[in-house]
Parts: sequence; C-alpha cells; structure tokens
Amino acid sequence: MTELYQFTKLIRSKNAGPFELTFDIMFKNTESFRTVLESGRLTTELFSRLYAVPVNQVRLFVLEPLLTIKVTIPRPIPSGDLEDGDVYGGQFHGPLIQLAID
Amino acid sequence: MNISICAEVFREKAVTIKKLKAIAATGNLSTGFREESMSRAVTGGVDFIGCDAGSTDSGPYYLGSGSTRGAREVTKHNTGIILREALKAQAPVIIGTAGYAGGRPHLQWMLDIVRELARENQWHFKLAAIDAELDKEDLVKALQAGELTAFAPAPELNEEIIRAAERFVGMMGVEPIQRALCAGAQVVIAGRASDVAIYAALPLLRGIPRNVAYHAGKILECGAASVAQRLYPDCLVVEMDQDGFTAEPPNPEMRCTPQSVAAHTLYENGDPYRLVESGGMLETSDAQYEAVTERTVRVTGGRWTPAEVYTVKLEGASLVGYRSVAFAGIRDALVLRQLDSYLGGLRRVIERKVVDSLGLKPEQYVLNWRVYGRDGTLGVLEPQRNNIGHEVGLLIDVVAPQQGLAAGILSIVCHTGLHYSIPEHNGLISNFAFPFSPPGMNGGAVYRFCANHVWRLSDPCGPFAMAIEDL
Repeated sequence: MTELYQFTKLIRSKNAGPFELTFDIMFKNTESFRTVLESGRLTTELFSRLYAVPVNQVRLFVLEPLLTIKVTIPRPIPSGDLEDGDVYGGQFHGPLIQLAID
Repeated sequence: MNISICAEVFREKAVTIKKLKAIAATGNLSTGFREESMSRAVTGGVDFIGCDAGSTDSGPYYLGSGSTRGAREVTKHNTGIILREALKAQAPVIIGTAGYAGGRPHLQWMLDIVRELARENQWHFKLAAIDAELDKEDLVKALQAGELTAFAPAPELNEEIIRAAERFVGMMGVEPIQRALCAGAQVVIAGRASDVAIYAALPLLRGIPRNVAYHAGKILECGAASVAQRLYPDCLVVEMDQDGFTAEPPNPEMRCTPQSVAAHTLYENGDPYRLVESGGMLETSDAQYEAVTERTVRVTGGRWTPAEVYTVKLEGASLVGYRSVAFAGIRDALVLRQLDSYLGGLRRVIERKVVDSLGLKPEQYVLNWRVYGRDGTLGVLEPQRNNIGHEVGLLIDVVAPQQGLAAGILSIVCHTGLHYSIPEHNGLISNFAFPFSPPGMNGGAVYRFCANHVWRLSDPCGPFAMAIEDL
C-alpha cells in the first residue's frame, strides 16, 4: 500500500483568513501527480467527510503546471474561537498524510 | 488632495522611468530580515521599501485587546534599518497593518517607535499616519443602509453585535496610501491595509498597470517567502515595468524559481487563480513565470478586472470572556480505557459544585477538555480518536464572564478531577499529574472574530483618516 506522503514533496494546511482553511498538496513529479489524480482518492467527497463540511462547499483545484492539488473549505470553527484547537490552521492536514492511495 | 491630479504629477515625474524597483523588507516586520540583504537590495537605488506588519493569522486576540505582537525592541530594530536605508536612498517607506492588527492602539504604538527612531537618529521626514479603526456607529449606519455584505461563511452581524464588539478595522486598499504619498509623505504608517496594497499603491501612481502592480504586490507581500527554499525571513526585490515584473531575492543564498514564485500565489489564499482586492480582482490563471537567471523570475500575463462597486473588507473582534487553563497528564490505563465516561462523570460533579459554590449554571461558562494524545488537535474531526496511547495530556480550558470566576471554576475542576475515581480503584486516588504548582494559570481576555463582511464605499479613503506630521 502506498500512502499520499510518498508521492508528495509538501502537504500543508493553513488559514486563508479566519474563516477558511486551504490545503496545498504538492507532488514530487508528474508521475506522482498523475497516479494520485487517477486513483480518485483525493476528491471533494473525501474532504467533505474528513472535515465535516458540505461537499458543495469544498473547492478543489488541480494545478497541473505546479503539480499541485489545492483544496479550500470553510473552517469547521473560526480561527481562535472557543472550540478551535488550531489558531493558524496548520495541522488540519494530519489525516491526509497517510491516506491510502493504492 | 485629489488623487487623480496627484497621479498625473507622479506620472509626469515617471516619464523617463522605464522601470520601478520595490523592496519588500520581509513578510512581517516583527520577524525581521538580514541587514546585509537590505543593504544589497538598495544598491543602485530603489523607488520604495514596503513592509507588512500584521495579519489575522494569530487569531482574534490582538484586534480585540489592542495588544501588539512581537517585541517592541525587535520591531524598532527592524524599522530602524528600513528607515535608515530608505532615507539614504531618498525613497518612501510604506508600512501596513501596523502593530499586527492595524487598529488605533496598534497604529499609535508603531508611530511612537518611528518618532523615537527619528529623534534618536536625528532623522527628519514627513510622516503620514493612516487610521483604519472604524467607528462603530458608522458601521451601524452602514448596516442599516445595506452597505455591508457577508462573505460565506460569516458570523451574524447586527446592530447589537456591532455595538458590543471591542474593535473593528477596515482593510484599506491602495487609495489611502496614495493620498499620503501625494501629500508628500516619505514614511507612511498605515493601520489595517491589504498586504498587496502596500506594494501596489506607489507603482500605480507611477503609471505601472494594475495587473502588474497587484500581481507584483502579491509576490512581494511575504518578502522572501516566494523563494525556492526560504532559510529565514528576508527581503525580496521586484522590478516592475509596463508588461510585467521580475522577482529576485537580494540574498545570494536564496533564489526564485518559476515554480516557487507561482506557488506563492497559493499560499494562504483560498483560490489559487483569483485574488480579490478592494476595487477589483487579479486573475493569474494565464500568468507566465519564466526563469531569467538561476535566481530571477520574470512574471507576465496577470489580468485585472475592476470591481463594479468598491468595497473594503471588515475585521472585528468581540469579547467572549476570560480564560483560565491547567494542564494534567493521565498515565493510568484503567482511566484511559474509559476516558470519555470518566470525563463525563467528572463534568457532572464539577457542574454541581460550580452551581453550589459560585452560583454559575453550565451555560454561563465554558469548560473544554482537550485530550492531547487522542484528539487534542482536531477534536471531533479526529479520525483516529480511538487510537489512544499509554498516556494523554489533558488541557483544561475554562472561559467565564470574569477572570476571578474562571480561576474559581478551574480550581474546582483541578481538585475535583485530581481525586475523581473509577470503579476499578477502591480508595482515594490522584488521577491528574500536574506538572506545575499552582496547576493552573490565567489566560486573560478571550475574543472571537465577529465579522467576515465587506463594506461598500463611495469614497475609498472615506473611513481612513490621515494625519501628517513633520519629524
């Protein structure tokens, strides 16, 4: 089994303002990028399920020239609000790292 | 002064200037840059030095409390280098989002630093201060007039919430900065400002096209963050012309590559191709990034679409309460295997004691457990929350209407939790391993962001008062 991190050079999450989170998944090379895209694992449905947001609020961008998949979602809880555990939004990518690809 | 007339004056001056050179000192004024990088960057002249000094990234506390982020001495040191080099080069300095949140106390703090530096070094210049803190009654009127529009997702904003909030700022576009430059300011200290506007304001006055100025601004706003491997925060140099711009780090240890520069448009930005600014939108989907040298990248092909109405983004913070926190380790397998029921039972005992001794019902305060080692980071979103280790760290978070009450509740939580038992242990036990004496500490005021809205303005400078002084 291969996990997502084995294909990537960077997986990160970050605030895009206090009310949104954005994930940048940057691949090592064209082959890795293609393999993951074609696996059908990185989808809006996956992010909807992992982060409990409606699927129509998940924006997924495939940036071929940058070998990057970018996903933006509304923050489940705004940055710094009482239930929020991650003010900068920098650790939300955790569950993606070992995502099974094939 | 009318900005369009002023812009004409700037353009006339710019007739013979084919290129415009901008330096971004660093991504955030308090994080600093290498002094030798700045010296190298100003070699051969420069048209202006910009620096962003703030963000919402560190949460609502700074905007709510009026506190600044970063040590005063560090900010003073960094600002001193920028001013010294800019005055030598006779180039304007533009610092935006002063004091981290860009409200009135933040602006005053930054102005004091600038005045102190001028006094100590016998520097003389015209200083412009641009206030970005908004009057709450003006916002109420704007709300009533239908001038506020919510982004999705946005918290509810009504008159009561506006009046009860601690502070609002508007994120200024290029126009208030241009007004200050047109008034002859050599140093512009702005409250909350768009990062990009810091870098686009002066080039637009010099006749650089909007698509170039805003795209260059986006690349400059984080300083050396758009290099391939940022070793530490540092400067970035951009040269703009009519067709595009080139980006190059002055530090020979760093380099810009087409991919590193293009990738920066992704960072902290929800949409990788569209950047919404006051007055319009930059689209970079067709942009070209080409290597000029091993360290320099040429960027062309950004597109600017003017907005139909001019809006500025609002940021606001309101007081939630006061926080007291404690940290405890739990290293008992019998407790850990029933942690949820253990904490649930403990909560019920605590709630009863708080009613009895402090007269507060559960809905009048917040008691949050964060179980590090299980789901402390992601909370209910943690897919592996059943995968508990041999110990957990329990962060006990209490927020109440007054600091004394928060501390009182926390004290009840700590001593109740310490001895709250489980059926497997018969006799008095101590379940919480506190690393500190006392176990808890007061965290002070707690705020939340209370606006994600834009305000439609007929005058882009309207809410942003400017004051000029000669130092």
